[in-house]
Amino acid sequence: MVKQKVEISANGKIRCDACPVMCYISDGRSGACDRYANVGGELIRVDPLTVVEKTISEGGKVVPFMPGEAEAEWDGDLVHSSKRFVTAVGAGTTYPDYKPAPFIVSQKENGVDMVTVVTEGIFSYCGVKVKIDTDRFLGPETAAVMVDGEAVGHVTTGEYGSQMLSLGGVHHLTGGSKKEGRVTCDTLLKLSNCAPVTMSIDGGVELTIQAGAAPIINGEEETRMRVGCGSATIGMFAKQWMGHVDEVVVVDDHITGVLSEHQAGKLLDVPETGIRINGRRSTPGRYFKVADPGIGWGGTDISDPLTILGEFDAKKAWPGMRMLMVSTTGDQYGYYILDDKLTPELQTVLPPALQESVEIIAENCEPALTSVLFVGGAGGSLRAGVTRNPVRLTRSVKDAITYVSCGGVPAYVWPGGGITVMVDVTRMPSNSFGYVPTPALVAPIEFTMRLDDYRALGGHMEAVVPIEQALDVAERKVAPSERAPWPTASRNFRWGA
Amino acid sequence: MSGALARYLDGSPRGRLHLQHGPIDLVIGLDDAHRGCDVDDMRQRAYRTAWERFSTILDELVRELPLLRRPAKPNGPLPNGAVARRMVRATEPFAADYFITPMAAVAGAVADEILAAMLRAFGSGDRPERIYVNNGGDIAVHLDRSAAFRVGMSREDGAAFGALTLSANDPARGVATSGRGGRSLSMGIADSVTVVAADAAAADAAATLIANAVDLPGHSAIARAPADSVVDDSDLGDRLVVTGCGALAADEIDLALRAGLDKAELFIRQGLIDRSALFLGREGRLAGRPAPGESAFPTPTSDNQTTRPLHHA
Repeated sequence: MVKQKVEISANGKIRCDACPVMCYISDGRSGACDRYANVGGELIRVDPLTVVEKTISEGGKVVPFMPGEAEAEWDGDLVHSSKRFVTAVGAGTTYPDYKPAPFIVSQKENGVDMVTVVTEGIFSYCGVKVKIDTDRFLGPETAAVMVDGEAVGHVTTGEYGSQMLSLGGVHHLTGGSKKEGRVTCDTLLKLSNCAPVTMSIDGGVELTIQAGAAPIINGEEETRMRVGCGSATIGMFAKQWMGHVDEVVVVDDHITGVLSEHQAGKLLDVPETGIRINGRRSTPGRYFKVADPGIGWGGTDISDPLTILGEFDAKKAWPGMRMLMVSTTGDQYGYYILDDKLTPELQTVLPPALQESVEIIAENCEPALTSVLFVGGAGGSLRAGVTRNPVRLTRSVKDAITYVSCGGVPAYVWPGGGITVMVDVTRMPSNSFGYVPTPALVAPIEFTMRLDDYRALGGHMEAVVPIEQALDVAERKVAPSERAPWPTASRNFRWGA
Repeated sequence: MSGALARYLDGSPRGRLHLQHGPIDLVIGLDDAHRGCDVDDMRQRAYRTAWERFSTILDELVRELPLLRRPAKPNGPLPNGAVARRMVRATEPFAADYFITPMAAVAGAVADEILAAMLRAFGSGDRPERIYVNNGGDIAVHLDRSAAFRVGMSREDGAAFGALTLSANDPARGVATSGRGGRSLSMGIADSVTVVAADAAAADAAATLIANAVDLPGHSAIARAPADSVVDDSDLGDRLVVTGCGALAADEIDLALRAGLDKAELFIRQGLIDRSALFLGREGRLAGRPAPGESAFPTPTSDNQTTRPLHHA
């Protein structure tokens, strides 16, 4: 059982805010769920607080329901054969702000007394940054991303082999209409809990994304992200084409590469072919804007690559000339031979050596994934649950005296003011996120430091409990995230590094 | 505030799926004896669909809770939510003659809605053989071909009370149980009443009313208290609910069960339910014609064709 302080009460009843039903519960009774009860004015939960357990055998891995979920049944192991860390998942929160966080837990790590302040933060300033591995055109930069008719964010910069979306943020959560806030909150909640969300981009595509899964663009699942731009692809594979083909065009929305004109081709003595590309030449063999962005070849809008070619220069081209056109992911390709009029004729058979080169391009393209980073700022209220003087916590985090984790996995702390953290949601325990109707997201956050450092920054020392006491109330156990540093390990801190 | 939760119960994606949000707990299973590895894909697809649909259900219900807690009326106002509408549709046929609120069908309606969502993920030709959504004993089932779903009934102390079997060629697709054993309050003294009906919401509403009818009005061994003094925010208001029941003589048990049986048989004649099993103390009765799979019930000793006493195991 976990005790939670409840402030809202009426006629001797307390109001449970554990789920949307918001039951009023009299002393000695339980709510509609039978999971929460009122005992002497305190809300008692029988629901499990989540504990990450590092078993010596690392045997705690279980098949997840959604990507990122890893739960095991409590095996009753209370002997110290395994290390444990209490996460904030399911910890609840406290209100008003001056009260200590729900759990302030102490434990010894290699002889050092450590303390972890565990709370579920209410983030009204939060959002997700989404990286979608694709070269396809998703929509113009700054275009609105719509869910259920509401703007929940926008398309931001294109990055290497991927398109970025910025979703949520305080303006969509609380700055727009009530519905906009609700839909935004729901979208963030789903994405953060690794559930799929379907959205449409103004002037762009319809998109279904889910953290850790391949994006679905206009109903089609993306499979690969490109190995490099068209020009880079020419540079990487030029040698493998020698002797098998006279010209290679790698079609790409960003930079289309042409072998015979490219530096790589020149160095390998590839003769001129008289090819003409419709596009803006950047440097030799590199062309911008051969077509408009789209979901065709290499992120362009074309389905027939010949449309990017002008007429061949009759002085340089010759009948029988062999040309390979391929997209940057190897998904599309065509092999052509010039006829007597110097018109490219599509061949039905691709020579084995060229087939191999296309396959190498495809092989070098990694699986396309959607990744979701939750970004939230720990406001003064949240920090006040940790220390009486919130700014000292900020300084302590910046000085690497305090280690920040979310659901037990490391959080990247953004440089500059405040504590703005960024975390990969797929590494967190399943369903780590919740919401409040404000609307705002509820996310677990843990601050770990030496007990002495906690005292020094004005911590709520009277609220510190030994970890065994927190474990007594914890029923949910999860395996630690792979590759994640153990939260209380000394190397996370300046003094232990 | 915590959101909806999902996890596999049997340690593998081939196991049952548990969905929980606030007071709702669902256990979902899918199987098909006639398909090979396709079943795993089907299960994944069904589970994902169930999870997507489930994630908003509690919020939808909460939004219309005041309406759903008021007594149902014939041709009363129709709520907006799909689950809320199922609740209203299931309780409306009883509204003219009995006190009932749409909340009497909430568990069954949620089960029906999740099942319907999963079925929409499949073409009519490629549905799995069997899916079930068990919402704390109120169960919506999908059955194709030779599939069947068996519900074992037992007394609070675990003694078996026989079983009900739903089969693909039997039109009933819902089972629900009501009575003093469950989480909700009852206005009657039945330990439990299990109803088989066209869907889980209909079964849920009828089970509530039949359980209320198993009663001995004015009997001194039965303790009663206003519902809102027992549970906060009860949709039953200050109506009396049973809070305790002392020892009853055999003829009193028979009398109470008979009252419930009359109600069940009336609902069967009205086409509202298919069959029902009623339990009180060591006694059980079955209303309606037992299905072929239900031969586990003892042979009747009563001359009433539709009534069979059930002996405890």
